[in-house]
Amino acid sequence: MQLIIEQFPIVIRALNVGFLQTLKLFFVTLLGAFPLGLVIAFGSMSHFRPLRYFSKILVWIIRGTPLMIQLLIIYYFPGLVLHNPIWGGSESGRFLAASFSFILNYACYFSEIYRGGIQSIPVGQTEAGLVLGMTKRQIFVKVKLLQMIKRIVPPMSNEIITLVKDTSLARIIALQEIIWAGQAFMKGSQGISGAIWPLFFTAVYYLVCNGILTVLLGYLEKKLDYFK
Amino acid sequence: MAILEVEQIQKTFEKVQVLKDISFSMEKGQTLSIIGSSGSGKTTLLRCLNFLENPDAGIIRVNGETLFDAGNPDTRKESEIRKKRLHFGLVFQSFNLFPQYTALQNVMLAGQLLAKEADNYKTHKKEINLAIEEHAKELLVQMGLGDRMENYPHQLSGGQCQRVAIARALALTPDILCFDEPTSALDPELTGEVLRVIKELADKETTMIIVTHEMAFARDVADCVIFMDDGYIVEQGSPREVIENPREERTKQFLSRYTQG
Repeated sequence: MQLIIEQFPIVIRALNVGFLQTLKLFFVTLLGAFPLGLVIAFGSMSHFRPLRYFSKILVWIIRGTPLMIQLLIIYYFPGLVLHNPIWGGSESGRFLAASFSFILNYACYFSEIYRGGIQSIPVGQTEAGLVLGMTKRQIFVKVKLLQMIKRIVPPMSNEIITLVKDTSLARIIALQEIIWAGQAFMKGSQGISGAIWPLFFTAVYYLVCNGILTVLLGYLEKKLDYFK
Repeated sequence: MAILEVEQIQKTFEKVQVLKDISFSMEKGQTLSIIGSSGSGKTTLLRCLNFLENPDAGIIRVNGETLFDAGNPDTRKESEIRKKRLHFGLVFQSFNLFPQYTALQNVMLAGQLLAKEADNYKTHKKEINLAIEEHAKELLVQMGLGDRMENYPHQLSGGQCQRVAIARALALTPDILCFDEPTSALDPELTGEVLRVIKELADKETTMIIVTHEMAFARDVADCVIFMDDGYIVEQGSPREVIENPREERTKQFLSRYTQG
């Protein structure tokens, strides 16, 4: 017990650094995957066949394979197979590769949620807009978008909470996120070795983070409760 | 001159010909009722007039201007069609109000968006939007909804929703206002209030086309009645001619089901 109290500040400092990287990956993924998901969603609903097939096949592959494999392939394939290590070996290179993989992966999941949201809006809404002389763009932005957001908040919340935990997969390409930081104390870091509790303690970070997100997303859901 | 002329409209959906040969015309200020059994093509005809469907053949003219000619590709362009739609208004069976907007916002939205395209919008923004709001409020008061303007659609009854939808269609002052079975989705208790509003519009000589199953209403409110069956106009004339003294066997058959209850 005495030992843990002595180790605690050192561990927390290291975990904070790792968690910062986790959060960075989390926000970068959301920022990239929100718009890219919409592009893929429109692609998979396009009347232009090649684009539709391309989007559908992309979603099939990305959703049909583990994110961990995608991370490994995206990070190692260019260097080891093509002999062109585009990501480089530094921490920032690994972060770039991880961001790319996560954005692609989550955009595909988001695209299916968007598609469901868009298609669940009755065609009468579009027709009402059309007969009132609105353009397709105005109908999407002014009429359908908010209704769509209302419908996708619950499934999106699920994905967002999963994303917080999925960021730990980036550990596989040695991104120095919080799991990596916790694990370091098992092997020896900053004078501490053989300590497993820091790794276990990372769970508290995830739990608190997801607790905050749950409250925020619940608040958003409530905010949109003013219409049905 | 006729406000609306429809010539030989045809429409086929995947091998089923829904409209076979529809021609009619109507005068400004008239109310035209279209009656007929389900599947006779009434709704499709209204949807063609509002360019929600493109007829395969035929011509649509408003005030002498050819809005649509199936033989002339220039009239079928999507960009052209948007403006042409504004000659018509459409009130749907299921209202199709925008749920995230209040009654007042529902009525104002399209007008506000259109106003932005006007040349003088930037310099007269305030006056223009104020005028749109005033007009919308007037319409809602006229619909008996003066105390419901700030309510969202889910807080309104079906009859109130439909009256908002009528105000919304009127806000753009269409030449011809179309109703697609405006009371079919309502409880019998609520149909009265909607029919009363439509009657008032008829008394003010609003040009209207009403697809309806309410025979008594069609007889009372319409200047002209069209009976449709199987994609054709079987009979047309005054309500007295078509509803009270039908000549065609098919019309008699159809109407007898209503008089028998």
